[in-house]
Amino acid sequence: MPWPIDALPYPFELGFMQRALVAGLTVGVFAPMIGTFVVQKRMSLIGDGIGHLAFAGIGAGLVAGVWPVWGALAVAIAGALGVEWLRARRAASGDLALALFFYSGIAAGVVLVGLGGGLDAGLLTYLFGQPLTVDGSEIAVILGLGAVIVVTMLTLRRVLFAVVTDEEWSRVAGLPVGLLNTVLAVLIAVSVVAAMRIVGVLLIAALMVLPVASGQLLARSFRSTLWWSVAIGVSSVVIGLAASRVWGLAPGGTTVLIAAGFFAVVAVVKRGAAPRLRAEGPGL
Amino acid sequence: MAAPDEHVAAEGPTLTRGQVLAQAEGVSFSYGRTPVLEGVDLTVHSGEFVALVGPNGSGKSTLLKVLLGSLEPVSGTVRLLGTRPADLAERGRVGYVPQRPVLDSEVPATVEEIVAAGRLARRGWWRPLRQQDRKVIRHALESVGLSEHARTPLNELSGGQQQRAFIARAFAGEPDLLLLDEPIAGVDAESQRRFRESLIHSLRAHGAGVLLVSHELSAVAAYLDRVVVLKRRVLFDGPPAELAASGVSLGVHEEDLPLWLEGLR
Repeated sequence: MPWPIDALPYPFELGFMQRALVAGLTVGVFAPMIGTFVVQKRMSLIGDGIGHLAFAGIGAGLVAGVWPVWGALAVAIAGALGVEWLRARRAASGDLALALFFYSGIAAGVVLVGLGGGLDAGLLTYLFGQPLTVDGSEIAVILGLGAVIVVTMLTLRRVLFAVVTDEEWSRVAGLPVGLLNTVLAVLIAVSVVAAMRIVGVLLIAALMVLPVASGQLLARSFRSTLWWSVAIGVSSVVIGLAASRVWGLAPGGTTVLIAAGFFAVVAVVKRGAAPRLRAEGPGL
Repeated sequence: MAAPDEHVAAEGPTLTRGQVLAQAEGVSFSYGRTPVLEGVDLTVHSGEFVALVGPNGSGKSTLLKVLLGSLEPVSGTVRLLGTRPADLAERGRVGYVPQRPVLDSEVPATVEEIVAAGRLARRGWWRPLRQQDRKVIRHALESVGLSEHARTPLNELSGGQQQRAFIARAFAGEPDLLLLDEPIAGVDAESQRRFRESLIHSLRAHGAGVLLVSHELSAVAAYLDRVVVLKRRVLFDGPPAELAASGVSLGVHEEDLPLWLEGLR
């Protein structure tokens, strides 16, 4: 794609900002989309746990001399499957299973990164995100993985909804609960890796969950929660990138703060509106 | 209520009258060392409305779970739609309404979204819902009187209305066999009436078999084919009139059950 595209105004007139925008918008769509299912499954922190595992994968990639993204993808998928395996067999509760992987992941990451040459600026971009320096090949990976996530989620949305909403009933009804939980775990791992260059492994969970926190306050159905969450995710990315350029702020962190700000505004407005809604409502 | 010819035919084998849908033979089950079921025999045929009663802890819910294959019996055999429950491929043909289902949804979910899940299980989860499926979902909502609440988030409904939504989810699969675990406990009179009408429609229009676990049978007493009294073992299995002849009213309350069960020994 020829960068820059002339038509875009400030602060997106430069090539690096436009690349950041394309990558960021992709993440802004798929992270809240998968987040809606993760929140409904009450595993809001899984993105964080998998993020820490991805960090170990980056370290493994550095030691093995392969592109850290592939290392992160392999370890994140293996870890997500491990968390799901422990949770499904009740060998550990959901959050205990997460904690096991979470701390092992960050510890392995620290050891491997030390072996691979220590913390440098390149590594920091994976920890905290740096969309302003993504190159063409990274955009290709983000778009490719993002497309896989979005297409799978939209195709399976009804049955995934059934499983994350009522797992016991879904099992009795003959829905392939194990398979669908596995698919969801793999998609979470893929989305963590696809988003880590943009918001960083430490903040990716925030972009999955915070837009959904606002979306579930605004919507009255699962479907509309999903689309509200995507709209808020995309808006947070655009505003976050613009703010980071204008005021020279860290883009990953700014994007997450904008998403948190959305929640604060929605929560206050809805709280203010709630008594009025009750007073006007038909009295169900 | 829709006429039988409006009924949308589900895929899979059609039912013949008197076909055995669920069968337990000599089923025993225990939690650890505590025996819960001992040598239980129970059969549900197509078009048959069977009530399963017994005091708290008598093994009713356990028996349902054994029939569904969620629990494996210690001894005895179970057949569900002619096969072992674990081998049953067409699980969508069995509708199940769990006891007091709790759905503390984090994200708002509408009644229609919940009920549509019941259709997926029957239709094949990988297939998109078609116009015909939406018609069945609407019909299921109508049959429990929740049409006007189709787009209402489930957690904004009363307990009775939520129960009806879960019954509609089972109906959306057009089940050949319905297993209901205390679906009307603590439900208002209007919901009980709707529930009774929708069950009878399912029995008559579709020829489904129904196994209902309930403490409170007065609402459906007139339509029951058989009553099975369970207290670890089957103490009675026969038409309600026979049970009434032994001095037992089907409208009795939970706390009275142990008393009249003693009288049956």
